[in-house]
Formats: sequence, C-alpha cells, structure tokens
Amino acid sequence: MDKFDRAIVEATQGGLPLVSQPYHVLAEKLATTPEIVMQRMTAMLEKGIIRRMGAVPNHYALGYRANGMTVWDVLNEHVDALGEKIGALDFVTHCYRRPRRLPEWRYNLFAMVHGRDREEVEAKAARIAEMLQPHCRACAILYSTRILKKTGLRI
Amino acid sequence: MDATDRAIINHLQGGFPICEHPYRVAAEQIGISEDDLLTRLQRLLDEKTLTRFGPMYQIERMGGAFSLAAMSVPEADFGRVAEIVNALPEVAHNYERAHPLNMWFVLATGTPGGIAAAITKIESATGHRVINMPKEREYFVGARFAA
Repeated sequence: MDKFDRAIVEATQGGLPLVSQPYHVLAEKLATTPEIVMQRMTAMLEKGIIRRMGAVPNHYALGYRANGMTVWDVLNEHVDALGEKIGALDFVTHCYRRPRRLPEWRYNLFAMVHGRDREEVEAKAARIAEMLQPHCRACAILYSTRILKKTGLRI
Repeated sequence: MDATDRAIINHLQGGFPICEHPYRVAAEQIGISEDDLLTRLQRLLDEKTLTRFGPMYQIERMGGAFSLAAMSVPEADFGRVAEIVNALPEVAHNYERAHPLNMWFVLATGTPGGIAAAITKIESATGHRVINMPKEREYFVGARFAA
C-alpha cells in the first residue's frame, strides 16, 4: 500500500460520495482519473485491504438491542477447528481467538452475538455451547450496558 | 423504514460495485431507480439507520494495529476513567459491560507499537491496569444484519 492508496483511504473512510459517479468525485479530489481510482480500489478489495463495500447498519436502529460478547475457554488443541465452525454461524458477526490472561481472564474464543433481546442472544449462545462440547471448560456472556464511545476506525 | 429500505440494507452490506455508475447498477439489482436509491441512502444515513456507506477497511493490512483491551474499574471511578480512555484518539469503541472487567475498548493505531504506548498512557493516567487481548486469529468478521 502506497501513499496514493492511503489518500484514497483517507478520502473514503467517512463514506463514499452519494452522487451518481462517486469515483469521479474522488478522482477530482485526488487530482487523478476515475480509472485509476477504480483500479486502486479494486486492487485493495482483492487484497483484502477493503473488507467489503456497502452499507454499514446501526444494529440498534434495526432492532438488535442486545449485544452479547460470548467468550469461551476452549482447549488449545481444538480452538482453531472449532473457531472456524463458530465463525461460520450466520448469527456470529465477529469471531476471534485471543490470549488468556490468567488469573483474571480464562477465555480464548470470542464470538459476538446480536439479538433483539437477551433471550435471543442466550438461545444463540446455547447453540454455540452445543457445538463446542466436549472441548469447552467454561463460558460467559458479557452484555454491553452502555456505549461510552463509538467513532469507528480511522487512520 | 419500508420494504424498499429493508431490501437496500439486506442487499447492500457488501458487493457494492466499483464502476462508472455504481449506484445505478446497485439500484437495478434491487429494482429501483438510481435517484430513489441515492435519496434513500441519504435518509438512512441522516436517520442513523446506517452508520456509514462505503468501503470498510481492514486496518492491519495497512500497517496499523488493532487490539481489544479491558479494565476493571470501581463504580465510583468509572466516569473519570471513561473520560480519560475516550479522550485518546486511538480508542475507536468503548463499551461498558456487565462483568468484573467492566470497561472494554478497541484500540486502533497506525503502527503496531502504538498499542503498547496507548496502554501505558491509560494505565499511568488512570492508575488502573489494562488487560490487553490482541487477536491471535480471526475466524470471521462479517457483521451483517437482516433488516
């Protein structure tokens, strides 16, 4: 990724212009041609620098009011194979392996689950629990009780 | 929000085209006009049903770094600590969660070393320990929602 890609990122991280020819508007801003902007953005999409292009919904506005970070203490030798399966569930929006921090934190698998209410989150967590058996030793659901800050990721 | 708004949200959480007239192409796929799509997207953004519309970047691929960190903050000190944490530009999201570790935030920095520096800053300003849990492996990041 070079300076020019970075300039594209900076110009678009707040969003794409809502006009008929957004890549033309960006090209003008960056003093280049629309073809180059489109080429660079296509390349960034192929390399995974752009994860995806489109709408980012506010899940609260869509009625997903319960947000549970489900965390699992999964045996090390099984966590990667199981993590792939949990990540593939259609209701899991993020799924990561993270380090344990003993004694305060024993959980190594994180799966974010959203639901309309806590019951829905718990039903989904129960499905995850089933899939992790018999390799999971403990679990917890951490509900968010307040958003303290949300600005999105910026470079 | 009506059925067309829902169709837009359900169809456009990925795959928005990179071409001369991308909104026209996307509108055709949904079965509406380009103008209608543009007007509705603007309204969905204004109403905050959408938080943004455009590319979602993976910051690590740009040489930056992300981490998830948590703190255990006594209730009486919570407001002060939240203010300190939120004031750092490296903090992208910060949530209160119902757990002994009651403050959880995402750090995003331009360089891998920036995470450790931000954590040191928070620890010295708040007097509380920060538990750093950088991701070791990503199984899935999709965050798609049905409207």
